[in-house]
Amino acid sequence: MTDIAENGTEAVRGVAVTLNGRVIDAQPGELVINAAERAGVYIPRFCHHPRMQPVGMCRMCIVEIDTGRGPALLPSCMIPVAEGMVVETESPVTRKAQDGVLEFLLVNHPLDCPVCDKGGECPLQDQTVAFGPGESRFVEEKRHHEKPIAISDVVQLDRERCILCDRCTRFAKTVAGDPLISFVNRGNETEVNTFPDHPFASYFSGNTVQICPVGALTATPYRFKARPWDLDQVESTCTSCSVGCRVAVESSSNQLVRYLGVDVDAVNWGWLCDKGRFDFEAVNSENRLARPLARQGDDLVEVSWSDALTKAASALGGAKERHGSSSIAVVGGARLTNEEAYAWSKLARSVLGTDSVDAQMGDGLPSDVVLGLPRATIDETCAAGTVVLLGPDLKEELPILYLRLRDAVVNHGLNVIEISASQTSMTRYAAVSLRYRPGEAAVLVQELFEHAGDVDVQADLGRARALLEANNVVCVLGRPSVAERADSVVQAALRLRSRVPGMRFLSALRRANIHGALDMGLSPGMLPGRVSLEEGREVFTEAWGQLPGSVGLDTAGVLRAAAEGRIQALILVGADPLADFPDRDLARRGVAGAGFVLAVDCFATDSVRQADVVLPAVSYAEKAGTTTNIEGRVSRLHQKVTAPGTTRPDWMIACDLAERLGGDLGFETAEAIWDEIERLAPAHSGLTAQRLASSEGLEGIVAAGPSSILETTMDVTATATLPVDGYSLRLVSTRKLYDNGTLVQQSPSLAPLAPGEVVRANPADLDRLGVASNDRVRVASSRGAVVAPVEADAAVARGTVLLAFNQSGSGAADLIDVSLPVTEVRVETVGIGDREVSG
Amino acid sequence: MAVTDAPKLITARFDQEDAHTLAGYESSGGYTALRKALGSAPDAVLAEVKAANIQGRGGAGFPAGTKWGFLPPDVSPRYLVVNGDESEPGTYKDRLLLERDPHQLIEGVLIASYAIAANQAFIYIRGEMPFAHERVAAALNEAYAAGYIGRDIMGSGWSLDVVLHWGAGAYIVGEETALIESLEGNRGMPRLKPPFFPAVKGLYMQPTIVNNVETLSNVPWIVNNGGAAFAALGTDESAGTRIFALSGHVRRPGVYEVEMGKTTFRDLIEAPVYGGGIRNGRGLKAFIPGGASAPWFYEEHLDLPLSKATVDKAGSMLGSGAVVVMDETTCPVRAALRVVRFFAHESCGKCTPCREGTNWLEKIMHRIEEGTGRADDLDLLLDVSDNLSPGIAWPPRQTTICPLGPSAVSPVASSIRRFRDDYVAHIDQGRCTHD
Amino acid sequence: MGRLNAGNVALAHEIIGRYPRTKSALIPLLHLAQEQDGWVSDEAMVHIAELLDLTPSEVLGTCSFYEMFKREPVGRYLVNVCTSIACMLGGGDELLEHCEKSLGLTPGATTADGLFTLNEVECIAACTEAPCLQVNYRYFHRITNEEVDALFADLRAGGRSGEIPPHGTLTRVRQQVDPQRWDGRGGEGLPEERS
Repeated sequence: MTDIAENGTEAVRGVAVTLNGRVIDAQPGELVINAAERAGVYIPRFCHHPRMQPVGMCRMCIVEIDTGRGPALLPSCMIPVAEGMVVETESPVTRKAQDGVLEFLLVNHPLDCPVCDKGGECPLQDQTVAFGPGESRFVEEKRHHEKPIAISDVVQLDRERCILCDRCTRFAKTVAGDPLISFVNRGNETEVNTFPDHPFASYFSGNTVQICPVGALTATPYRFKARPWDLDQVESTCTSCSVGCRVAVESSSNQLVRYLGVDVDAVNWGWLCDKGRFDFEAVNSENRLARPLARQGDDLVEVSWSDALTKAASALGGAKERHGSSSIAVVGGARLTNEEAYAWSKLARSVLGTDSVDAQMGDGLPSDVVLGLPRATIDETCAAGTVVLLGPDLKEELPILYLRLRDAVVNHGLNVIEISASQTSMTRYAAVSLRYRPGEAAVLVQELFEHAGDVDVQADLGRARALLEANNVVCVLGRPSVAERADSVVQAALRLRSRVPGMRFLSALRRANIHGALDMGLSPGMLPGRVSLEEGREVFTEAWGQLPGSVGLDTAGVLRAAAEGRIQALILVGADPLADFPDRDLARRGVAGAGFVLAVDCFATDSVRQADVVLPAVSYAEKAGTTTNIEGRVSRLHQKVTAPGTTRPDWMIACDLAERLGGDLGFETAEAIWDEIERLAPAHSGLTAQRLASSEGLEGIVAAGPSSILETTMDVTATATLPVDGYSLRLVSTRKLYDNGTLVQQSPSLAPLAPGEVVRANPADLDRLGVASNDRVRVASSRGAVVAPVEADAAVARGTVLLAFNQSGSGAADLIDVSLPVTEVRVETVGIGDREVSG
Repeated sequence: MAVTDAPKLITARFDQEDAHTLAGYESSGGYTALRKALGSAPDAVLAEVKAANIQGRGGAGFPAGTKWGFLPPDVSPRYLVVNGDESEPGTYKDRLLLERDPHQLIEGVLIASYAIAANQAFIYIRGEMPFAHERVAAALNEAYAAGYIGRDIMGSGWSLDVVLHWGAGAYIVGEETALIESLEGNRGMPRLKPPFFPAVKGLYMQPTIVNNVETLSNVPWIVNNGGAAFAALGTDESAGTRIFALSGHVRRPGVYEVEMGKTTFRDLIEAPVYGGGIRNGRGLKAFIPGGASAPWFYEEHLDLPLSKATVDKAGSMLGSGAVVVMDETTCPVRAALRVVRFFAHESCGKCTPCREGTNWLEKIMHRIEEGTGRADDLDLLLDVSDNLSPGIAWPPRQTTICPLGPSAVSPVASSIRRFRDDYVAHIDQGRCTHD
Repeated sequence: MGRLNAGNVALAHEIIGRYPRTKSALIPLLHLAQEQDGWVSDEAMVHIAELLDLTPSEVLGTCSFYEMFKREPVGRYLVNVCTSIACMLGGGDELLEHCEKSLGLTPGATTADGLFTLNEVECIAACTEAPCLQVNYRYFHRITNEEVDALFADLRAGGRSGEIPPHGTLTRVRQQVDPQRWDGRGGEGLPEERS
């Protein structure tokens, strides 16, 4: 019920409901089960889940409800409150009915609680202990099924324990959009199962384990690892990607054993992707770097911290002294907490004296664009009039953002315009899906507004134009493919912005705390708090003592300079350019060409193995601090376990190095760093540690920063198409959720899920080239060649070829030349004799 | 006695050899009602059906005209769905209407769709009735070709498509929300009402009327003869005629159209033109008055008229017009078990009490019938029944979404209450005492 | 065998076109697959999933709910004997017993020659005509033991093919849609479904 209040806004008046004889104030439209819970009366339930549509089928929550026609037993999870409604949750009739349902649920439920993973945290067990029948009156054989069966690589299903509540199946269909598990058969024979040989291969499958109200679904990485009463838990924020899902981190005997999604409205609604849920295995990995290493000839050998730091400091100091500060570069930092990123930013600028710092690996977007465009939160994006997607496949790179947008489309009618080089997971949800030729995103946007383009896409362009006239347009902006330069994408975004007044942006850069790192100034020309070097010069010079005189190099520039012998000391802070930089040839030459390489990392990656000194860092859940997500939302990270060996937090390593170099960052604790950030960084002013630790900070607080840093001098009017080479295809290279990165590869449960290297092309192109699906092909660019199997895939646009980035195998990075606007490749079948030829 | 001169409203063509063809149907007055309806406003047609006061013939007995009136105005598209999923044990009438007079149903579908302003109708026929499919398909093809269905029907400017849809073997699909789920391509699991009253949120969440085959087959007669003429038949409360399937231990099992309210169960079972009495001159043990879901009736109920209100008041229902007669030699445990077995087999599995409870009831009943029952099994049966259908009341109070689960309680409670001694004898003697 | 043949794919598209939403064609398409092969194979379900933009799991979920869909091969003739309450009173149990003897089968089993599958079934809506059975859903009302034996003998000898098509074929008269008469506006105004 609504009234118009005096001030003219719509005021909500509560609905009066009599609950167990007491009048409570319920909200209009609220379900009885929720209204009762808010009033302190918990009605037992199994199928109801607050983030899914109710189905009312377990019947556990039936209570006597009288809407004026006499009391009836109704499922409180399906009935909205009504004025004057009388609800009895403890009447003899309600009690008898609920006891009856509980007994029915137990009829076929095995009594294997002592060996069940759910035992101790099982709603069915709790309910039975509290209210259940003393002994079973059901003397017949219970239902039997083979137990358990693997329904995916990470989820096991015990059908005997299943109470058929439809939570997992409903989740798969309505939340994940991956209906790969269903009820099968009917009545008493009903079971949950997959289609034969079509496993529940969903990126979100682990959520079904979390929401299963019994022990029917268990996660392979957790099975038999711990009992609930042995678990310790802290709430933290997931940093597997940059969405910033809230997570409960659980350990047993100082080992991480489980992550659970925490329900916050603003971000993840309780869901996690499987990579985020299961990559705790990487933290536990025995392959973690535990002690400092230093180069002795061809080998890296363990040394003491003291020796390692001395060696590093002497190389850094020497480089600065002999070749100047511009001969030093710091690459990486997206793995760090905000505090650590700040410490490294301060170290680089004030002690090393270099502005050549970059947390991006050449696979993102210019930092002034990311930091400078007006922003939208996830909630605002989902509630927008129209959303433009100009970035990567969200399901692969930012899975929970994908879930949120999918929900907005499916349940709230959000209109999405997708602008991409090939189909993505969002294509089926897009109101309009527009294809651009790789390297020519800006051309497409120009056509969009100038009524140009091919006849067959005119209707789509027209619909897109109409949708862009909506109020409140948000663009989700990221890097659609690393095989094209960022320029055209940036130009496309800026052109959209110039034509759509008030357009806001949500960043789709994927890497962990990349937004926090950029906020902390880990980008050339940027200082903490989203201010440019010049803008912040006065304040930070005073605070830090000194700043570099001019803007430094980004990662590509650093690698180029290093390859030319102009970088004497290269510091890799959680960076693996050999794997992550789009142009491996340049990365290889750059790392090899640097005079001295210092790596600070958790694992011995390809790049780390090239280093002269390696400092082992603590990892996720081993340190406290804050992290910043795609929205600019700052939320807290908590420590749960102690780090292995002599590893140190990255901020401490920065302090140690500063000290050896005769400087002093002035930090004793991570908290002290945050206090300085809050004091100095304009975008973070007022974001005090107290606020972050308060209830307000539970779902994080968005740092609302200035946006004056964006250079608007970029010409957004002129756009040229790139010459078309009739014999070539244009390469599109994007990431898959499971790749060759350390988080996945060091998590035994996830590593096998990486799909490996497959070339995909449109069937028509393959026909034209005389290549058959499943052939092995040689894909060659001006840079190099890759040999891999090819699959015909109509989802790939004609004229393009798709090769996932950073899978096992030689990879797209061997084909890409970052100096070119787009990567042209030729594809040909490899003869038997050529099989081994590559590169 | 009204028995001998009962008017035939919807079975009139059952003896006409070519009634299933368009020519045969037209030759006996077919499609005149459609022409008449299209000549008046949809509201006038609706008013006529309301005036007829025809109760739905599918089981629940809700007045069809009132149901049509529930559709929210101005919401489109809206749909008519014909429930031809006849499966309730004892029930056999819709199949005959489909096989022998398909055009009569189609004409009813057309008129009803016109009255409710639908532009598409679906005839959902039980899968196990291929002969009915063939007859309806042929009739639809003829009616489309003749301009009775499709675009701009008979020049009226109104269009309707009618789609024949087959089921695939699931009793529960006879429940209207499950039928809608099934028609959407899903598992036939019922939806909770509210919020999913078909008239408001039905097929594709659009306003939808679901009517039984027999109900709609009456519509042409009502339009031709007027709602008042229909209402004049039977009683004020139960108007018109109705088809009853009389099965079990009678001399002349068969399908009979009788006038509502005027005819009694005794007439139906004993009159020479109907059942002709119990087989072999035996006495009556019990009869099911309205399909397997209905609580049982006995000797003392024989003189009740076939009227909804009277039967409801006596603690059972006319349901789907299925009267199953058991003579005095029938083992009540075995008969009740057979009905419970049906519901256990047909439970969709959605609601816990039905999925688990019907099967539990069947298991207990089974062991009693085969002679391994336990002393406390009767109490257990009644308590499990009570958990499925609180208070074992009639009409049932449900712990489930649809009435299927509580329906399994009817035979159990009926037989235990009346024939407790038979149960005790089974348990005491460790065998079926009727073998 | 398995995937729908070209003719059935064409028919499938025609059937899909009759419904405002494509998933409604799922049960009709499963019938089509069963008509083609006599049962519904995994390959058929995968193919139907492709035709309707569903996952195979969704197809299986629906398919497995309905008893008529056989996910294992059955005999050419499916003999369904009703023993529901009305038929029980009218001799259904005895009829089933006779069929068991006559075919040498217990309910649920198939003869070695693949000709007959015997099933005990619930009500088939012929309650006044007990005892009764269906062969491939063709009714045999008030059937005697002698008539049962004669029927099985005829079927073994390849007879009655006009009366009883092989298992899977339900109807031999299909609804035809004449594009000139079909209105096709039943889905007009229906909100687009995204899932």
